[in-house]
Amino acid sequence: MGQIEQTGGSRMKARDWLGVLPFIGMLGGIPFVNRVEPYVLGMPFVLFWIVLWVVLTSVIMAFLNKIDPATKEDSQ
Amino acid sequence: MNIALIIIFAFLLLSFYSGIRAQRGKDMNMEQWTVGGRGFGSIFIFLLVAGEIYTTFTFLGGSGWAYSKGAPSYYVLSYISLAYVISYWLLPPIWRYAKEHKLVSQSDFFVSKYNSPILGILVAAVGVIAIIPYLVLQFKGLGIIVSEASYGSISPAAAIWIGVIAVTIYVMISGIHGSAWTAAIKDIMIFFVVVFLGLYLPFHYYGGIQPMFEAVQASNPGFLTFPEEGLSISWYISTVLVTVFGFYMWPHTFGSVFSAKNANVFRKNTIMLPLYTLMLLFVFFVGFTAILQVPGLKGADGDLSLLRLSLQTFDPWVVGIIGAAGLLTALVPGSMLLMTGATLLAKNVYKVMAPHTSDAQIARIAKWLVPVISLISLYFAMSGGDTLVTLLLMGYSLVTQLFPALLFSLPAKPWVNKYGAFAGILCGVSTVAYVTIFQVTIATMFPNWPAVVKDLNIGVVALLVNIVVMFTVTFLTKNLFALNRHAANTEGTPTL
Repeated sequence: MGQIEQTGGSRMKARDWLGVLPFIGMLGGIPFVNRVEPYVLGMPFVLFWIVLWVVLTSVIMAFLNKIDPATKEDSQ
Repeated sequence: MNIALIIIFAFLLLSFYSGIRAQRGKDMNMEQWTVGGRGFGSIFIFLLVAGEIYTTFTFLGGSGWAYSKGAPSYYVLSYISLAYVISYWLLPPIWRYAKEHKLVSQSDFFVSKYNSPILGILVAAVGVIAIIPYLVLQFKGLGIIVSEASYGSISPAAAIWIGVIAVTIYVMISGIHGSAWTAAIKDIMIFFVVVFLGLYLPFHYYGGIQPMFEAVQASNPGFLTFPEEGLSISWYISTVLVTVFGFYMWPHTFGSVFSAKNANVFRKNTIMLPLYTLMLLFVFFVGFTAILQVPGLKGADGDLSLLRLSLQTFDPWVVGIIGAAGLLTALVPGSMLLMTGATLLAKNVYKVMAPHTSDAQIARIAKWLVPVISLISLYFAMSGGDTLVTLLLMGYSLVTQLFPALLFSLPAKPWVNKYGAFAGILCGVSTVAYVTIFQVTIATMFPNWPAVVKDLNIGVVALLVNIVVMFTVTFLTKNLFALNRHAANTEGTPTL
């Protein structure tokens, strides 16, 4: 992960670490939530957890788009 | 011919028509035919990327795996979302470099970065080999759709033939513009069909999503969580990582990156694309509903679960609409795969060997390679008995081998040289081939190791071999050629 982010810009910025969060949630979190109960929104808990992180990923990426100056420079 | 088949064929004709219309009045040179003149904005790129990802695999394979494996099918949801996260950093530098150097294919990128046409041939070969199982998957899916929707009057073999001919004609008349427009029709249709099925079926049979899951849990305890061994959490994490790294290494996906208008298109798309993957949730609901309603589909037949359940539940005209949506999910990605494979072979293999061929000739050769690749895939589609997921994972472990060489080429001063990149890719791909042919897993090699290690996706091992060889060869050749250059000044006569 670290290498990818370094190559995107000149140096790895603090905001780039936001990109690591979805990996931690969606992969690292699974051993702790691998169960059926409680059902949330009708889904077994582990499925709900993954769905929750898909939504959070979108939120994180929206936030990153907002604060990243590169998104302004490149759109012209 | 029943009403279901009539609807499906009507959609097929519609997509032919939109393909012909889309390319009329445009001068179809190589850059037009493949990267759409580099003028696509966020919405078109969204449709292209989404169009490639939501294939017949999603539709039939996703529900098929939920039906036959349960929780491990969730990996699909995770890897697609995480791949979009990576694209935020990965795609802008690739796009910028490709634009500066007027590149049209993935293989061009490696040729230019490493200054090695031979490396380009290897990358093209890996791409085309990986495309074959992915195409086989689309053709099998088409076969399943047409033969199921015919209520048994068309045999699966005849149905695969019909699918292959349809996709081949479609690509030969339209190129990428046709794909983008049909992608628009397809994405709207598949969205409504999948959401409708995912909600209607569990409510119809169980009165809700939760009661449906409770019934599955009661009859198959443990099916809704990752198992202790086999397709365990360790398998899930390693498979997601291997597929995330492979995601943009597909030659057709890599190629669609080039058609963007500016680098920001990719950053903006990382917001909406993860949400779009939630569509898969409804596909899973269908697969889970089918478990107790159409029991007994074994092995590769699990892929039939969505259509079998639909046949049992709906009138033929509804089946026709579902089948038509399924047809488009195979047609759009199938056409991209075919076009990319043909372009790679013509431009990055044939042209390197016969450098004096004109661009017009290359474009003609690419078009005539389309049916050739179709027929090769057709052969495998007829012979193998693998599930759609197995085919997809096989392709993924191959293309993922291109990731390290790509990643290490991005810094201003690449971390590895062309010899390292070549040797690394070759060893990685050979490992995958060996493992696939001899059916080796970590578990068969080291039966006494703990399950956490045994269940790792074997692609991880191939990736490690790849990276170690890449750095070792880079290190060795750097010193070797530094010596040679001093002695004889052989620069400019690359041996690779």
